[in-house]
Amino acid sequence: MAAPDATRDALESFDLATGTVRELNRRLHGPAHPQRLRVLNPSGRHSIAVGLDGPHEVEIEGHVGYYCAGMNKLAAIRVRGNCGVGVAENMMSGSVIVEGSASQSAGATARGGLLVIHGDASARCGISLKGADIVVRGSVGHMSGFMAQKGTIVVCEDAGEALGDSLYEARLYVRGSVTSLGADCVEKEMREEHVEQVRGLLARAEIDDADPADFRRYGSARNLYHFQVEHLGSY
Amino acid sequence: MCGIAGLYTKSPALEAQLGEQLARMLEQLSFRGPDSAGVAFYRDPAPEGWCKVSLYSPAVDPGWDELSVELERAFGASSPPSVRATHATFMIDADAERAQAWLSERHPELRLMSAGSSIEIYKEAGPPREVIERFALEQMAGSHALGHTRMATESRVTTQHSHPFSTGLDLCLVHNGSLSNHNRLRRVLQRKGIRFQTDNDSEVAAGYLTWRMREGATLEQALEGCMDDLDGFYTFAVGTADGFAVLRDPIACKPAVMAETDEWVAMASEYRAIAVLPGAEDAVLWEPEPGRVYSWGTAPVA
Repeated sequence: MAAPDATRDALESFDLATGTVRELNRRLHGPAHPQRLRVLNPSGRHSIAVGLDGPHEVEIEGHVGYYCAGMNKLAAIRVRGNCGVGVAENMMSGSVIVEGSASQSAGATARGGLLVIHGDASARCGISLKGADIVVRGSVGHMSGFMAQKGTIVVCEDAGEALGDSLYEARLYVRGSVTSLGADCVEKEMREEHVEQVRGLLARAEIDDADPADFRRYGSARNLYHFQVEHLGSY
Repeated sequence: MCGIAGLYTKSPALEAQLGEQLARMLEQLSFRGPDSAGVAFYRDPAPEGWCKVSLYSPAVDPGWDELSVELERAFGASSPPSVRATHATFMIDADAERAQAWLSERHPELRLMSAGSSIEIYKEAGPPREVIERFALEQMAGSHALGHTRMATESRVTTQHSHPFSTGLDLCLVHNGSLSNHNRLRRVLQRKGIRFQTDNDSEVAAGYLTWRMREGATLEQALEGCMDDLDGFYTFAVGTADGFAVLRDPIACKPAVMAETDEWVAMASEYRAIAVLPGAEDAVLWEPEPGRVYSWGTAPVA
């Protein structure tokens, strides 16, 4: 977690107790958007700070609803609270840091950038991941990494049922227990390059109390999505 | 899509504000369910040996006062009707089974919304804000309450199709989701003597719970049975005389958030409905795990 920022109170802010989410997003999208903006009183509202398209910083002071930071490109977004469904869905680049926990489908279909969740993420974290990196300080729920195609999910605690079901080429690293592996997901050898990859991601996520060597790697057995020539007759 | 809210008070101060706070939660869930709304309040327990019933009539003049006289004649004593829009509650000096049997025989035109000692159900088609005002819910006190905002996906928008559904004495169910085996299960339950007022899927879930508990299951066992016997998506909240219980199906497509402070326990489909409660910023928050029964209140599921 980031240390308290002495300059935070001096930052420009947008108060959702008085303004609407649409006004906020319009301001963040506009050509004269602030370089750094604090969002106050999010109160679980949906679609906060979605579709950003520039390297600015947004700090959200509280819990947010669905699809926060969706489609993010280049921006650095920090949520000082929990997130509802689909945080950082389809993120393209930049970073989304959640200081609390995230509900289902965190980082769904994200193509690039870094999503860090300091608490837990519930079911279907990283579903259909397409290239982003996700680091979860706590645990993830069932069917995480479902059909994930590319990118990385690092889980510092446990993973629920059916991890990596129907997985393509995403890499999954879990330090704790895995309730069960999904169809076509297998444990793979943790080689030095993988330890280094986890080390790098933990460093980017600013998590320093997890030893990269303690993680296990899971990936696709590649039986499910390959065309099997011997089954030609049944296709 | 639908919205669910539950609020359980831990202090007398909050009991007085129960209706006001639940109304605020339901307003936040209006966009999840703009076509109907309903609530179950647990309040003013009937005296020992008495029961309380909530009745609904679409008639312009349902004759509630005359009914009160009839009830007095039949059972020796009855309270005057407590009328809220199309609904009225009565306290009757009889056990609930007898009162229900008498009402269904003598007044089949009236719909029995709930029966028990403290439960009252009010529900109507219409935008949640209008339903809240029609029943003057904001003025209602009580120990705990459940609410529902409905966006119909599989059956008509009427009062009877709205939630909560009674599942037995002092019990009711609200549901977010959809069940796909409800037609078959309804026929099975009908053969076991469970009666249904509508073709609604959630009413079948309520009927299932009623049947399981009639057969001796605890509420917890009945809810666990849902995971074997109901096919579909659901987050359920079940109101009991002492509190409420929550269950999400194991796939957990339907959301739920729970929160607790020293003053209250709340559950809602979305955090935004909890954010409006006093002290929400300091609440302990969590997402209920799929396939696990949660409950509040003294031994409601023991």
